[in-house]
This record gives sequence, structure tokens and C-alpha cells, in this order.
Amino acid sequence: MSEKPKVAFYWCASCGGCEEAVIDLAEDILKVVEAVDIVFWPVALDFKKSDVEAMEDGSIAVSFINGAVRLSEQEEMVKLLRKKSQLVVAFGTCAHLGGIPGLANFWDKESIFNRAYHTTPSTDNPEGVVPQEKSTVDGKELYLPSFFNTVYALNQVIDVDYYLPGCAPPRDLIMNAVQAILEGNLPPKGSVLSPNKALCEDCDRNETKPEKLAIKDIKRPWEVILDPETCFLAQGVICMGPATRTGCGQRCITANMPCRGCFGPTDQVIDMGAKFLAAFASILDADDEKEVARIVETIVDPAGTFYRFSLPTSILRRRKLEGK
Amino acid sequence: MSQQAFEPKLVGFLCNWCSYTGADLAGTARMTYAPNLRIIRVMCSGRVDPQFVLKAFQEGADGVLISGCHPGDCHYQEGNYKALRRHRLLSKMLEQFGIEKERFRLEWVSAAEGAKFQKVCNEFTEQIRHLGPLSWNGGKKNE
Repeated sequence: MSEKPKVAFYWCASCGGCEEAVIDLAEDILKVVEAVDIVFWPVALDFKKSDVEAMEDGSIAVSFINGAVRLSEQEEMVKLLRKKSQLVVAFGTCAHLGGIPGLANFWDKESIFNRAYHTTPSTDNPEGVVPQEKSTVDGKELYLPSFFNTVYALNQVIDVDYYLPGCAPPRDLIMNAVQAILEGNLPPKGSVLSPNKALCEDCDRNETKPEKLAIKDIKRPWEVILDPETCFLAQGVICMGPATRTGCGQRCITANMPCRGCFGPTDQVIDMGAKFLAAFASILDADDEKEVARIVETIVDPAGTFYRFSLPTSILRRRKLEGK
Repeated sequence: MSQQAFEPKLVGFLCNWCSYTGADLAGTARMTYAPNLRIIRVMCSGRVDPQFVLKAFQEGADGVLISGCHPGDCHYQEGNYKALRRHRLLSKMLEQFGIEKERFRLEWVSAAEGAKFQKVCNEFTEQIRHLGPLSWNGGKKNE
């Protein structure tokens, strides 16, 4: 047996982008592999659940888990990894806050299944087949994981030690985190491994922000040709920068797209969407009730915009489940 | 729960300078009104963080009231305008969460309007009684 610390990677409800982020470490991944033993990584290595079960409790130094939890299978796997690991790092926005899959919390199992298996224009399902948790094929019973009504962030299912934010987390933050773990030089448990201040504080466009922002007409990015140097809010485009943690390296801003909030809130904020709403509403340039109503009308999907990445970890967590 | 037995739980954020004083006036003038509103005094309606409103609903409120000075009368010049903009935008957002906009109310009540405070309390209570309990259930494990 080698003396190198053991590391596991796992994915739940995610797009695979977080796995890409690991691959995107490029030659740096060789440094990681040199320093640790990867004992479980379904996307790249052929270890099975039984291999993890056979490990001693606490024998994995750190598990990096990406994706939100929306299936019973994912819940089972993360609970198993929690038992076998000394540290669990929520890797990427979905594990950290619920992420894009978390937007499904505006619906429930029934409406999602109805859409996915019956009403999408591309669905070809004349017999109306819907996945069943238990079915019999050729006299054999087959099982599928159950699908929850609600999508959960990782810390709503298991205890999480650290959070690596971002969709996907940028390379420097990953390498800093790996180094901190290897050196045992970690911040207090529960920390988000990125600076605790708003993106605006780092933003190159901050200097172009007027003393007092006032928006009369809200524009969506595709409706205007965006100036590549001016503050997006000053251009009337919704930018989540004021309510979003920095550390991303302004990836979207330099691509001339406003911040959508994938790094989540700073430590001082409980509910990112509500906080952004408070800040954004206060800069709407109207005192008259009718004019306020007119501007609000032009914000097409406030909940989906302000909670784009954080709905499962918001105060309300989801749309009301009717009849329950 | 039968409609008869349902007593709406309402939370009211009242500004110190106008609406709280207006509520106080209703009390000292011995006006009777529905006892359903739990009052929280804040310095300004502009101090009401939307997080407070969400927290109130999440912890079991059936309705939330924000009440401040009339437009133009804010002790801090423009706090009530911010409250107005936040209220309209948050109302729209709450509907996306399945919370009817009637459950979230904004009213201007001055320090002299004890009678208006009485009317607002009674109206809001009856409106929510008619609407029924919110019974917020969002996001508990294994739903």
C-alpha cells in the first residue's frame, strides 16, 4: 500500500463541466496525481461502488463531490463517501448551491416527468412509457433510483467541510485548494475557498460605474450591443456582480457577458436572490407607482434570474408543493 | 383545518416614524382591530430586507405587511420609494414561488392615521382568512 493520501471524485446531478475542470488542470494534474492516489472517479477510472464499500471508514483523505442531489442513488453514494472520507469538498456550484439543476425546484417530479416524457416536441413516446422505480422484465425485477420532487445542495444531504465555488471552479482555486489540503493549511471548516468580497470590488469595469446608478429601461444582453468597458448595470443590463462572491477571474465579464452569479453569495448573505433583488430594485429610476410597475413588468423572470444558481439553498428553497 | 378555525398569522414591518406611531395612535385611541398582525418595528420601510419577508413566509406567516410613510414624507428622504420598488419586484417573484401576491402588502400609514392602520389590519386579516393558510412546506428532505 502506498502512503499517498487517497482522493475520490464523484458526480451527482451535474453537466460534466466540473470533471472537465479537473482535466483542464492540464499538466498540473500530473502534480496532483504525483501527490495523491485517486481511488474512485467514475468518469475516468473503473472502480465500483463495492470498492468504496470495502474501504475502511475515514480512509479517503478527501472526496471532491460535484453536482446537486436529486436522486436516491446520489444520496446513497454521497452518504457512503462521507463515511469513508475525512474531508468532503463540495466541488462547483451545483454541489455548493444547487446550481442550474436546482432551477427544477420551480417544478416537481410529476410536472418534470410529464414534460420530459410526454410533451416536449422532440418526444416520441406513443405508448407513454415513464421510468418506474420497479419493473419486471423477463420475470426479473429491475430497479431505478427514485427521483425527488426537490433538488438539494450537497450540504442539505451530508456534512460538507469546504466549498469550491464556480461553474466550473477555475483552475487556480482548484490548485490552491489541493495545495492547502496537502499541506494541512486549511481555513475553518465550512469555508468557501474563494475571497469573501463581491465581484464588483475586483471588476475592471467598476471605474465606469456612475456615482449613482439609475435604470429606467432594463435590457437583456441580446437586445443591445454591449460596450466592452462599461459597467453592465450602467448599460441597463442585469449583472449579479454586486451580490456575487469574487474569485472567478471575471471570466464572463471579459467575454462581455454580465455576471450570472455562479460563485454564490458572500458569507454575510443568506439568500442571494433576495439580496440582489434589494440592491437592484433600489436602483430602478422611478418613484411613481405606475412607472415602477412598468419597469418591473419588463423583468421577465426575476426568480430564475436572481436564483439562477442558488435556488435550493435560498430561504424558500423551492416553489410551493401543491397539496402536500 | 376548517375555515372557521383558521386564524391568519400576519407579520408587519412598520417604520418607526410614521406607521409604528400610527399603530400606537390606534392603540392609545382604544380602536379595536384584528389581533392577527405581529408587529416588528424597523427604522424605515427601506430597511426591510427582502430576506426578512422570505424568512417570515418560510417560518409560517400567512401574510406579510410592510408599512411606511407616505411618498414624499420619508424621514430618510427616499427609503419608502425603495420599499415600493422592492415590494413590486418581490411580489412578482413570490408568485413564481407559488405565494399569491395578496399575501404581501405595502401600505402607507402616517403617524396621524390610527384609523387607517385599524382598517388595514382588519382588511388584511379578512383577505388572508379568505385566502386560507399558506402552509409553507418547501424543500423538506425527501419530497
